[in-house]
Amino acid sequence: MCLAVPAKIVRLEAGGQGAASYMGSEVRANFSLVPQARPGDWVIIHAGFAISVVDAKEARATLRLFKEMAAAERR
Amino acid sequence: MKELRDPAALRGLLEDIRARAGRLRRTPRLMEVCGTHTMALFRSGLTPLLAEAGVEMVSGPGCPVCITPNAVHEAAIAAVTGAEGLTLAAFGDMTRVPTRRGSLQTAVPARGSRLRIVYSPEEALDEARREPGREVVFFGAGFETTIPAVAYTVKRAAAEGLRNFSVLPALWLVPPALKAVLDAREVAVDGFIYPGHVSAVIGAGPYEFAARDYGVPGAIAGFEPGDILLAVRSVLGQMAAGKPEVALEYGRAVAREGNAAARALMDEVLEPYDAVWRGLGKIPRSGLRFRPEYAGFDAGRRYAAAGGAEAAADMKGCRCGDVLRGAIRPESCRLFGKACRPDAPAGPCMVSYEGACLIHFKYGPAGRGRT
Ligand code: SF4
Repeated sequence: MCLAVPAKIVRLEAGGQGAASYMGSEVRANFSLVPQARPGDWVIIHAGFAISVVDAKEARATLRLFKEMAAAERR
Repeated sequence: MKELRDPAALRGLLEDIRARAGRLRRTPRLMEVCGTHTMALFRSGLTPLLAEAGVEMVSGPGCPVCITPNAVHEAAIAAVTGAEGLTLAAFGDMTRVPTRRGSLQTAVPARGSRLRIVYSPEEALDEARREPGREVVFFGAGFETTIPAVAYTVKRAAAEGLRNFSVLPALWLVPPALKAVLDAREVAVDGFIYPGHVSAVIGAGPYEFAARDYGVPGAIAGFEPGDILLAVRSVLGQMAAGKPEVALEYGRAVAREGNAAARALMDEVLEPYDAVWRGLGKIPRSGLRFRPEYAGFDAGRRYAAAGGAEAAADMKGCRCGDVLRGAIRPESCRLFGKACRPDAPAGPCMVSYEGACLIHFKYGPAGRGRT
């Protein structure tokens, strides 16, 4: 029930509604809780509502850390 | 983010965790608060690997389906069986919790009434818009992740003057429950793995009491295996340094201050009260109810005669309450895997996808490979 998924905003419509792409398919969601979000942004969707915008810089930092970890381990 | 599952990176992190755990005086016991973390830990096989690296993980109260007491589940059943021409909309998991009155799935609705499973509270609101002649009650259950969505629908319903929509609230706040776990001193918790998506809404601030007043470290974690290991590593580092804090290891989805718009909406529509949790009892300011301006949307009030909030007994022999406090492991319940199984659950912890009993049954040593 608490499952939330990352999805990419495809379209924002009036009244906070819109669509996002999740694993290749388009899902409808409500974006009223993330007024700063724009099409192309990644968001976390839970129970039909986007609850946060994914910070691309932070995501890249985590990825970098993991690549370093993996590289160190393979050495 | 498949990189966060890269076996080499995970091995590296586990080695680091093993070294850090080895330097502590005793085996650290960390509570993963959120049921979705429990699920991720078991599904990815990390629980035994962490145990082997010297870290004990215990599940906490992070399953809204499970901690909602039977009195509330019975009130929902009473609404759909007692009132005619009513639609009760609920999340799927909530409909299978067994009570003395059966479950929402087995209950026979009153004439013209029906049960509808929804994924979003907005679907329930849509139903009320489509059929103005029907009463639509949404069984609104959840933590801070879900609460803003429930608040949103009620605010919309008020703005549109929808009089046939109401919510049976089962809305729970995570931080007061963690305080209750610490105050009970039943389980020695050395650190918390904080729920990522609850934190996306509330931010890090509401957990700070744990570090400040109890000296318990913690880290906010995402849900990939790598995210959880990063958080575990951070907590061990805080323990070693004797510097407890609320670390943010899920910065891509969580801002330290949380989601201001979502919190403002919660605050506008709802107010805290001393709620009763399964297993944890009454906890100060741990639940949300409608503010007086929105009290007309409280189905608990509308259907008080049908339901009633009198204490309802748990199912006989079920120790879900003990499991939720982290006091016992699911395997210690005498019914586990015998009289209580996913196809015939005796308690909510075996119903919900975030329920510790279901997760242990499906992925634990006793049931590895079962689905
Ligand atoms: S195994 Fe079943 S009966 Fe036992 S505590 Fe878990 S849910 Fe309750």
